[in-house]
Amino acid sequence: MAIGLHNSDFKNPVIRWVDQRMPIFTMMQKEYGTFPTPRNFNYFWNFGALAMVNLMIMIATGIFLAMHYTPHTSYAFDSVERIMRDVNFGWLIRYVHMNGASMFFIVVFIHIWRGMYYGSYKAPRELLWMLGVVIFLLMMATAFMGYVLPWGQMSFWGATVITNLFSAFPVVGEWIVQLLWGGFSVDNPTLNRFFSLHYLLPFVIVGVVFLHVVALHITGSNNPLGVEPKGPQDTLPFHPYYTAKDSFGLVIYFIVFAGLVFFAPNYLGHPDNYIPANPLVTPAHIVPEWYFLPFYAILRAVPDKLGGVLMMFGSIAILFVLPWLDSSPVRSMRFRPIARIAFLLWTICFFVLMYCGGMPAEEPYVTISRFATAYYFAYFLVILPLLGRLERPLPLPESIARAVLGGGGPMPAGAVAKPMDKA
Amino acid sequence: MAETAGATASDGTPRRDFLTLVTTAFVGVGVGAVAWPFIASMQPARDVLALASTDVDLAPVAEGQAITVMWRGKPIFVRNRTAKEIEEARAVPMSQLKDPQADQTRVQKDNWLVMIGICTHLGCVPLGQKATDTKGPYDGWFCPCHGSAYDTSGRIRQGPAPRNLEIPPYAFTSDTKIRIG
Amino acid sequence: MLRTALGAFAVIGALATATPARAAGEAISIPNHPFSFDGIFGTYDRASAQRGFQVYKEVCSNCHAMHLLSYRNLRELGLTEQQVAAIASQVQVQDGPNDEGQMFERDGRPSDRFRSPFPNPQAARAANNGAYPPDLSVIAKARNGGADYLYALLTGYADPPPGVTLMDGMNYNRYFPGHQIAMAAPLNPDQVEFADGTPGTVENMARDVVTFLQWAAEPELEQRRAMGFKIILFLTILGGLAYAVKRRVWADVH
Repeated sequence: MAIGLHNSDFKNPVIRWVDQRMPIFTMMQKEYGTFPTPRNFNYFWNFGALAMVNLMIMIATGIFLAMHYTPHTSYAFDSVERIMRDVNFGWLIRYVHMNGASMFFIVVFIHIWRGMYYGSYKAPRELLWMLGVVIFLLMMATAFMGYVLPWGQMSFWGATVITNLFSAFPVVGEWIVQLLWGGFSVDNPTLNRFFSLHYLLPFVIVGVVFLHVVALHITGSNNPLGVEPKGPQDTLPFHPYYTAKDSFGLVIYFIVFAGLVFFAPNYLGHPDNYIPANPLVTPAHIVPEWYFLPFYAILRAVPDKLGGVLMMFGSIAILFVLPWLDSSPVRSMRFRPIARIAFLLWTICFFVLMYCGGMPAEEPYVTISRFATAYYFAYFLVILPLLGRLERPLPLPESIARAVLGGGGPMPAGAVAKPMDKA
Repeated sequence: MAETAGATASDGTPRRDFLTLVTTAFVGVGVGAVAWPFIASMQPARDVLALASTDVDLAPVAEGQAITVMWRGKPIFVRNRTAKEIEEARAVPMSQLKDPQADQTRVQKDNWLVMIGICTHLGCVPLGQKATDTKGPYDGWFCPCHGSAYDTSGRIRQGPAPRNLEIPPYAFTSDTKIRIG
Repeated sequence: MLRTALGAFAVIGALATATPARAAGEAISIPNHPFSFDGIFGTYDRASAQRGFQVYKEVCSNCHAMHLLSYRNLRELGLTEQQVAAIASQVQVQDGPNDEGQMFERDGRPSDRFRSPFPNPQAARAANNGAYPPDLSVIAKARNGGADYLYALLTGYADPPPGVTLMDGMNYNRYFPGHQIAMAAPLNPDQVEFADGTPGTVENMARDVVTFLQWAAEPELEQRRAMGFKIILFLTILGGLAYAVKRRVWADVH
């Protein structure tokens, strides 16, 4: 073999020739072929792959929609309806994109929930987790700007309300809002820049997803037991085991997606967004898209303008420091009887906030939102730090293989409570 | 473990291979079906296909004059030919033509020549509509981009263009009006 | 594993049921009316939609525009090319500028958009006591309750109950939010004479025009559902195959 060429194991001469000079095939084989993956994943571990596929669907449909869309206040609404009526399969591409956003959030919410339940954010995966939170924030920004583009009533008033959030900041608030608008209200310059950024941000997401995967492949995946693999008996090669499992999950996901697109395409939307934007009339009851409702409820739960805005942003920012707030060395909630209940309560609070966010700002929803908001933050700031000291975890299995294949009894809790860092 | 797991199973290998084959075939069909709507969406939309036809009033166009009108975003040459031009066009033997077409088949009324004014070479608009334009060596139209010359029937006579200027679908709605499209 | 998978779907299900947390407050319940396009197997009753277009043309179009539709779209309702051309040619459309730089009126063509009754929203308001008659192109998608609400609205005019005083120029409607609507009862018995002999009752006219409006808002509905069945059938088979492959692959691990 010539000096300077990569030592390739591939036999096919063309693949080998490329691989020796640019070892992408070796890399793919290593990262997605033989990559050692814990053998005990459940179906919750499908959702990372699903999110990746969903991102690609959004980018593909988005690029084709952009070929027909006109980002101008006078034409935006009609150009979207033209896509629905006159462009070949335009209705299909648009409904896939529209409902794809909802599917993306369903998938990512479950993915995040999985990470929180099984302690995937803990050492050594803190950076992996934080990159995930960055992706989530970028997704929210992208989704918000995308919802403005059809220029319906909800688009316009959603944009007005959300951009006005920034006016809560003292001194620079008004300046920031004007910067976002490019004028003195949400208008054509706002629509134009939102379109530009809505097209840009998904590619930024692709970049951060790449880093997310790089970080994942350094630490390896967590698993439902939260116990690190101790050797080859605990792992399986990614292909064919998890490619097969992910493929099955993917088909199920497509069935749910298709059900939404073909039989209830407007179910998760709001009828007011089929009324063209009118800067003079606010709809009687404005709500954001469903995936923003929990955060919207937190905003409304606080009676102070700046306080509400800070709490809303804080509800996501707090995820960045979650790895250090949770001081317990045990990852999986399966072995944390008290934390498990506390977390399931937190999950219920999340849904309660989602429900209250869609309701008018009146009693009893305001009071309920306040209690749910209080618990949302207490879980992170009080319960998790305390439980790390007070909770007595259940005995952890000695290894994944033992737990899965049933060989041998569990080890005493003390024996594995500490060495959580991967060798 | 990693070596044995993927490739073979101790028994039932044929069934798994068949199963994998069928599944792969299904996935292939699915991916192909997904690609189609995207490709189709780039084809002209229905409102584009239904674009209005264009009415042209011929009354103001005197003999020997020409006008250019727009149809489907393209220039349409409408020329009221002189008797001399018609005679020139009909005197040419077919054997001299690169794309043989009799002048009679290219017009509905002898003096009115209606053509899509786009050079069949690479899409430039030939000169020859205005009185001051150069009409090229065959007294018809001359494409300045790559030197294609057309005769008084819009037929290619010289240069790289492969075909005669195209005739759009049109009909006379009265003696002095046509509708293109 | 199955348990957790079920858990995942429970989460999705919870999301789906938690979300239609919509406008509460004004609790006017809209009665369900049976339409040809109801349910996942529903299709548009073409004859009804054609009659509905007639109602729109003779009644609604005096005030309400439908600027997203073109006359050529009527072909999808089963009208022939000649019928569509005849309908289009009945209206005058502004075109131009011509060679003299003037705008001019000409007969409509199938490729033209439906003619709007007013040149701009200000003119529409001025002619309607300050109330703006909304564009009806996507009205069936733009109202809570959709077709059911439109039907209820059109048939919901009544005398105000005792104790309710109407504001000047307003009309009482049982299903309009706030009950006071600027639009006077648009449909009256035998207002429209149907060529196919369908009696011109308010209920018939309302059903037909709502069918037409639903079609106008979702012209892709039939194609969408038909495609959906095929795709879900395909995915179900593929899901079975994928599951079988997964089982086979994992057979030597479990």
